[in-house]
Amino acid sequence: MNSAQRLIKTFLLWELWKGLFLTGRYLFARKVTVRYPEEKAPQSPRFRGLHALRRYENGEERCIACKLCEAVCPALAITIDVEPRDDGSRRTTRYDIDLSKCIFCGFCEEACPVDSIVETRIFEYHGEQRSDLLMNKVKLLAVGADEEGRIAEDRAADAKYR
Amino acid sequence: MPEIPLLDLLPSGLQTLTLILLKIIAIVTPLLLCVAYLTYAERRVIGFMQVRMGPNRVGPIGLLQPIADAVKLAFKELIIPAGANRFLFILAPIISLSAALSAWAVVPFGPDRVLADINAGLLYILAMTSMGIYGVIIAGWASNSKYALLGAMRSAAQMVSYEIAMGFALVGVLMAAGSLNLGEIVNAQAGGFGHWFVWPLLPLFVVYFISGVAETNRAPFDVSEGESEIVAGFHVEYSGMSFSVFFMAEYANMILISVLSSTMFLGGWLSPFEGLVSAETLASPLGSLLDSGFHWFVFKVALFLFFYLWFRATFPRYRYDQIMRLGWKVFIPVTLVWIFVIGVAIAAGIGPWFD
Amino acid sequence: MVEQLVFYALSGILVFAGSMVVTVRNPIHAALFLVLSFFTTAGIWLLLDAEFLAMTLVLVYVGAVMVLFLFVIMMLDVNLVVLREGFSRYLPVGILIAVLLGLELSMVVGASQFGLDIVPAPAHHGAGYSNIEELGSVLYTVYVYPFEIASVLLLVAIVAAIALSLGEHRKNRKGQRPEEQVAVNRKDRVRLVQMAAERPDSDTP
Repeated sequence: MNSAQRLIKTFLLWELWKGLFLTGRYLFARKVTVRYPEEKAPQSPRFRGLHALRRYENGEERCIACKLCEAVCPALAITIDVEPRDDGSRRTTRYDIDLSKCIFCGFCEEACPVDSIVETRIFEYHGEQRSDLLMNKVKLLAVGADEEGRIAEDRAADAKYR
Repeated sequence: MPEIPLLDLLPSGLQTLTLILLKIIAIVTPLLLCVAYLTYAERRVIGFMQVRMGPNRVGPIGLLQPIADAVKLAFKELIIPAGANRFLFILAPIISLSAALSAWAVVPFGPDRVLADINAGLLYILAMTSMGIYGVIIAGWASNSKYALLGAMRSAAQMVSYEIAMGFALVGVLMAAGSLNLGEIVNAQAGGFGHWFVWPLLPLFVVYFISGVAETNRAPFDVSEGESEIVAGFHVEYSGMSFSVFFMAEYANMILISVLSSTMFLGGWLSPFEGLVSAETLASPLGSLLDSGFHWFVFKVALFLFFYLWFRATFPRYRYDQIMRLGWKVFIPVTLVWIFVIGVAIAAGIGPWFD
Repeated sequence: MVEQLVFYALSGILVFAGSMVVTVRNPIHAALFLVLSFFTTAGIWLLLDAEFLAMTLVLVYVGAVMVLFLFVIMMLDVNLVVLREGFSRYLPVGILIAVLLGLELSMVVGASQFGLDIVPAPAHHGAGYSNIEELGSVLYTVYVYPFEIASVLLLVAIVAAIALSLGEHRKNRKGQRPEEQVAVNRKDRVRLVQMAAERPDSDTP
């Protein structure tokens, strides 16, 4: 480009107009924003949200208190206490997850030999106080009971990749 | 003079005072409403340019957002930092806003629709806009904060430099119009699209508007705020209402610069179709839209405001030394050369502007 | 009536601000009081129908000069203790100079020179009167030579200031030239080289 041409372009603010036209074009571009409460982004079956404890179909809880999840948890969010039940089986007396510590890595789910602790697709939970974010065994089992259909479906969908 | 009930009961001195106060309210109230909705427009337009929605939650398509913001800011705590100079800290936003609002006294909204029809209107506006810088400087110093002081220093140097280019651009306007009165400047541009001063004064127009962007500390000249370098610059220590007063002053100044650009270069309230449309069409209801009037003024101002937002969405921030270079080494020489050109053009009587 | 009230209010503020300029300790406060006094002076000039001078005072002194003043004062680290050292030592000299100045001032601008019968109060003009036109026509006819000489003096000052600031450093000045930077092309800066991935006669193991 010779200097005369450059001078003219400088005084016509050529490059500034080019920039303005670029942003001007985007003014009319289709907006990609997902309007959240009305629209939701699709979720994968592997979505890692709120935790749940599952039961077998006969109502027996799956968890055998092996403490693998507690051991693997990188955020130390899981606390488990164990005692033998009346029938002699090994069961948890306490299964707490501190959701304010949890980083939702899914390691607990991977570590679990009996698919007991799982992460559901629920991500819109909230707490108005700190204690609302401390999950205990009762709450976790309740989530599991509510979501069992969806949980089983997602495990089945993912099973062939494992 | 409009008839206002009960006004005659007052003594004549108070009558004038009441009338002036009412006029001030009639100007300032819509202005502040415009300021509020300019913030909304800014967030929407820039959002759209960045391929997102912008605020769309409060009210239909987010139209109540500015009101929600105002309520939020009004109820926030007003924090005065330790070691700050209390009096000046509170005074600074007030100076900013009063300087921004007082310049509106001489703005003509239509033929004879102006608060103070003074002869030295242009000078008055220059003087008042130059006062706005004190708000920034005092805020920066009284905050007792390094960031705020840095922002104030940058802003002081920037505004003083660009005021010169701006003043020179206005010298061109006053030469072309032969008057400092804003109403007469508009009247000098009567006669349709081709008679507007934007054509003979095109370089001055560009310089004026860009200096105006710099004067209001807007992107890409927002080094005094520089949120990625010095947090928020001069108003980093301000919160709640005192911050929102700065905010209002900034947006009122933006509108003022747009108003002045349209008044001095685009013929203010004049219609671009003057002399092109026959009297019969003007008489019809739809044709009256083509006639000169307040709606053209609003349209032109909105155009400039859109450019403000467009610039902000497009250009990256200037570096401080580049701002100084642009102001002193580019704008001032350009305006000086063009003032000379206009002098020659006026002496030669080149039409349709100077004959 | 109203005019007199405004005048006394403005001059009261002016005298107050002027005395604060020289008495307050903080230099920033002093500068701000100076701004206030300029502003009130502009108000008093407005009362005299001198709107051009009043606006110019605000524009030039308040809007530009005092801003730069404040700029410098805020950047400087003014040590108040050092500044106030030796106050009592210099006090007699200061008082002497102040008294002398006061005497001279009263001689020059006293009632005998500037009384109402010698310099009558200017009559008010109508709304259409333009002070700027008046000033311009006098400036470019009667006082054209003093005016031009003053502008040449200012020009010399500008040239001198620029020469001083460029001066010695010009030869080894380091700076950017944005116009050259902007004009740079890709081919001036980047050279793409085609190379084989491996040298065929490689003697490496």
